[in-house]
Amino acid sequence: MSIRLENINYIYSPDNAFRKHALKDINLEIREGEFVGIIGHTGSGKSTLMQLFNGLLRPASGHLYYDKSDIFEEHYNLKILREKVGLVFQYPEHQLFETTVLKDVCFGPKNQGLDEQSCIEKASEALRLVGLKEKYWEKSPFELSGGQKRRAAIAGVLAMQPEVLILDEPTAGLDPRGKNDILEQIKKLHQELKITIILVSHSMEDVAKYANRLIVMNQGRIYFDDVPKGIFKRYQELEAIGLAAPSVTYIMDRLRKKGFAVSADAMTVDEAKEEILKFLGKDK
Amino acid sequence: MIREITIGQFYPENSIIHKLDPRVKLFGTIAFIVMIFTVNNIGGYILTAMALAGVIRMSKVPVKYMLKGLKAILFILIFTAVLNIFFTPGTVLFEYKFIRISEEGITIAIKMAIRFIFLIMGSSVMTLTTTPNHLTDGLEKSLSPLKKIKIPVHEISMMMSIALRFIPVLLEETDKIMKAQQARGADFETGNIFKRAKSLIPIFIPLFISCFRRANDLAMAMEARCYHGGDGRTKMKPLKYYRYDYIAYFIIFIYIAGIIFLNQSTLF
Repeated sequence: MSIRLENINYIYSPDNAFRKHALKDINLEIREGEFVGIIGHTGSGKSTLMQLFNGLLRPASGHLYYDKSDIFEEHYNLKILREKVGLVFQYPEHQLFETTVLKDVCFGPKNQGLDEQSCIEKASEALRLVGLKEKYWEKSPFELSGGQKRRAAIAGVLAMQPEVLILDEPTAGLDPRGKNDILEQIKKLHQELKITIILVSHSMEDVAKYANRLIVMNQGRIYFDDVPKGIFKRYQELEAIGLAAPSVTYIMDRLRKKGFAVSADAMTVDEAKEEILKFLGKDK
Repeated sequence: MIREITIGQFYPENSIIHKLDPRVKLFGTIAFIVMIFTVNNIGGYILTAMALAGVIRMSKVPVKYMLKGLKAILFILIFTAVLNIFFTPGTVLFEYKFIRISEEGITIAIKMAIRFIFLIMGSSVMTLTTTPNHLTDGLEKSLSPLKKIKIPVHEISMMMSIALRFIPVLLEETDKIMKAQQARGADFETGNIFKRAKSLIPIFIPLFISCFRRANDLAMAMEARCYHGGDGRTKMKPLKYYRYDYIAYFIIFIYIAGIIFLNQSTLF
């Protein structure tokens, strides 16, 4: 499995006053098993890019290859592609519609043409994966809390057993604890089920902690494409396009400037802690 | 796909028509519509077509964009034309079994089609060049005398502006929900009519819920800002007539006079 984008351009409303060139000459390859973070300011093109991955949008020009076949070719079966590339939109709980949580999660597998028994099996498995307890399964999705709704909605996509899972701001509007829970679940999916994850976000903190590769978008172009450490080193350039490195990076940077010999590579609080302890230990 | 619907959507541009007072445009549109239906000879149609073409030209809205709006009503247009052609009694031109086409039928069909196109184009010039807020402002002001007979003009226009304001929001929402369900393998394009109608459930339920949620949020936000109806409420940008507006009124009256004159005349 790999996704390769070649010279992709996307234009909204090409022939009237609302024309917007949302993606400009995108070249990109996402390999199996990666955990990619896509970051960018509002309007940088990250959501547009995301919708290209499973063929919901058609580019004005360029090619997108999934497993070496061009998905915008005339006879390509997009329905099959959408089973393989699961897409979780922002505020996915807004798409819940069934009478019970379990039925809603069954919607995807049912569209795949599976019989009821295997639908329920897949749905139950997905619900367990996102950590939604069995006592909620027969409830109306509208009775759940915000975080639970979101899990149910993510399960709705996972039930189709995708090879790639794309999530757009999966933690938007959740409290810190709900946020961590969801991100930890996603990490588990990546590690245990070996699903390729593409996480679209504008929070550096979230992405830094989990992704092993970062793509920074700015004004429809790829600005950086590197490991997180490599990108956060250039935090001044990030600030110029309205983004910022995680706060820890700044603390470590200041410490260095004050003459403490810590490495400025730390991206998470834990790494920073270790780095500082190491330094203090040496000092003694 | 769903964004292609252009009827009633504001088209930002910097033209004289855009800058006119909404009351002028409302009056002009109403006068235009009334006049279309009184026109009774070819001279009137030519004058109307010229007037419309002039206004569209001045509005700087691309003609292509306007014609796109017509596409949406193509079905109604063809439907009425067909009804008129086949069911108008008169001098029979063509007869085959139960099908009967009369001369009058064809004339009426053509007339009605032209009037319909004028009607849609004329009113879309207004909606394309006026922001919904501006439009309801104009409506509220024009109808304000009705307050004396206890008609809640302000409330009605507030409801209208909210409804208009939310059309693009809901279209976008529909688009998003459709995509989200498509990502879960939903299929809206194949199958017979029942299957397709059923496939709309996963769109409509979330859409309704989001409408209620939005309505609730909006009501709350309005309450929080002490909204209590129209009494004693002032405007940030009160409507005021400028020179252009008087000129526009003058031109509208000339158009009305022209049509009345042509209707009376025996030239055509």
